Amino acid sequence: MIAILPILIPVVFMIIHLVIRKPGLAIISGVTGSLVLLISSIAIVHEVFTNGIMAMVVGGWEAPSGISIVIDQMSALFLLVSSVIVVAISIYARNFENKSQYLPRFYLFFFSLILGINGAFITGDIFNMYVWFEVMLLSSFALMNLGFSRQQMRSAIKYMALNLVGSLFFLAGIGLLYGKTGTLNMAHLAEILMNDEQSILINTSAMLFFLAFGIKAAVFPLHFWLPASYHTPDITVSSLFAGILTKVGVYALIRYFTLFFVHDPLFWHSLLFVIAGLTMVIGGMAAASRYETRKILSYHIISQIGYMIFGLAIFTPLGIAGAIFFALHNMLAKTNTFVVSGLISRMRGSYSLKDVGGLFKESPFLAVLFIIPAFALAGIPPLSGFYAKFILIKAGFEDGHIWITAIAILASMLTLYSMIKIWNEAFMKKVPAHVEHKKIVRLRFLDLLPSIILGGATILMGIFAATVFDFTLEAAESLLNPVHYLEEVLSK
Amino acid sequence: MEILLAILVGVLYTAGVYMLLRRSILKFIIGIIFLSNATNLLVFLSAGIVPGEPVFVDAKGPMTSTLADPLPQALVLTAVVIGFGIVVYLLAVKYRLFYDTKTDDLDQLKPTEEE
Repeated sequence: MIAILPILIPVVFMIIHLVIRKPGLAIISGVTGSLVLLISSIAIVHEVFTNGIMAMVVGGWEAPSGISIVIDQMSALFLLVSSVIVVAISIYARNFENKSQYLPRFYLFFFSLILGINGAFITGDIFNMYVWFEVMLLSSFALMNLGFSRQQMRSAIKYMALNLVGSLFFLAGIGLLYGKTGTLNMAHLAEILMNDEQSILINTSAMLFFLAFGIKAAVFPLHFWLPASYHTPDITVSSLFAGILTKVGVYALIRYFTLFFVHDPLFWHSLLFVIAGLTMVIGGMAAASRYETRKILSYHIISQIGYMIFGLAIFTPLGIAGAIFFALHNMLAKTNTFVVSGLISRMRGSYSLKDVGGLFKESPFLAVLFIIPAFALAGIPPLSGFYAKFILIKAGFEDGHIWITAIAILASMLTLYSMIKIWNEAFMKKVPAHVEHKKIVRLRFLDLLPSIILGGATILMGIFAATVFDFTLEAAESLLNPVHYLEEVLSK
Repeated sequence: MEILLAILVGVLYTAGVYMLLRRSILKFIIGIIFLSNATNLLVFLSAGIVPGEPVFVDAKGPMTSTLADPLPQALVLTAVVIGFGIVVYLLAVKYRLFYDTKTDDLDQLKPTEEE
């Protein structure tokens, strides 16, 4: 029964936020809802890692015909990390622009977005996943337009155009796959395709799914919507999107291409390798060339997605574990860099690196809060990013992919460069002459708390890297050998 | 019948992509409508089309293998509803944008985006 909580809690709080009109009350109830969600995710992780995969069917229909809800190790880990982000963002939202007007509505769509994300994480049915993706998409449209500035609406149109085409690919893929196999249940699909000799015929649907999730995950040739839109909404919304949305696409790719699209490894893994390499390098180079913090960070999201695809393409337990570890680390650190860039712009009134500076003297604590996720992203040893990259690179060398691993190492220099660029420009350099000194904005503890939570999670993930790695390895092994998954789902 | 519908799906996809590539936002929305209808028809076709058979059968009725699969039809119903919702939302955004900028041309909006 606990398996249904990740979608039940957001629904309850959505209904509550339909009637709340006061911003103060909305914050209290929003933070409460996020904390309840976090507690339930911790309970789920505990349950899954002690008693194994949780599966249930909705409405009492038996497994292949009914809709299954399955929480395996990977789902549980993604649920946990996304709820940590949700807690941080729910606190961060108290600085929303035009608070009294938009905050109650923000929380409404915030919870419906979480509903879609959590639904996509726990479903075991491909059409059900499509529905959750649509829930997620519509709430993200609403969040992206909140504020209705001209620039927001213009970039929202790009965002909507590509994402809608993506979900139509998804639906077409489902139609073709159903026509060939006659089932929508992921476990049942895996069973059918395992015993089918002509499974190469499903390559058409696999490609449609790849395009759909590739657009969501913003891999290289399909990424154009992301940098065009992530810098326009309120920074609260950008942080939330940057942390979670693209990783849902990565989650779906890992799920589909380990569970049932395993029929043609030669073609798919080479394609994934090429795409991973291009995504890492091009995202990193584009990030290095920008001068606006949110744009640097947006392009940098794309570069990091490349590493996760790289882990998936290696396709050994170590590689998949690396991909999951990397995704979890990246969700925390990436959200945190966006949160800090929002704080920088509150102190200096601009996101452009040309107009900021001298923050190290003014607020050393903020500098520390920035350096944690930035160094984690760059892969400096005691932090989580080092272990994530180390696992991936070790897996790459062990499996003999020398070239692509070398590219991954070199591309991480680009990450280091863009992080150092923000560090130097925003914190170290003197305040530029053309900027007149505005009144000093003092950040209070509550403003810094979201970043402290996320930074703390990053540090903990670095200190307990061995434990987290054991969890991700267990998840990866259960993905590559889905016997328990099939048993658990199909016996219900 | 299947051939005809398959051709229709192809035509709708072509028209939809053409409309999507236009500069006008309204034509872009029409393109999305075409594409989503084409996809719905595609999913509908995966059930197979069987004319003149009852929907509900008892044990004595015709063999189930001669009937169309009802599940894709249910899926299409869901997808149609989602498609409606999205189109209505797109139209609302388009209206708001037109109200603000008095233009329907994506290129005309460009100067507002420069930072």
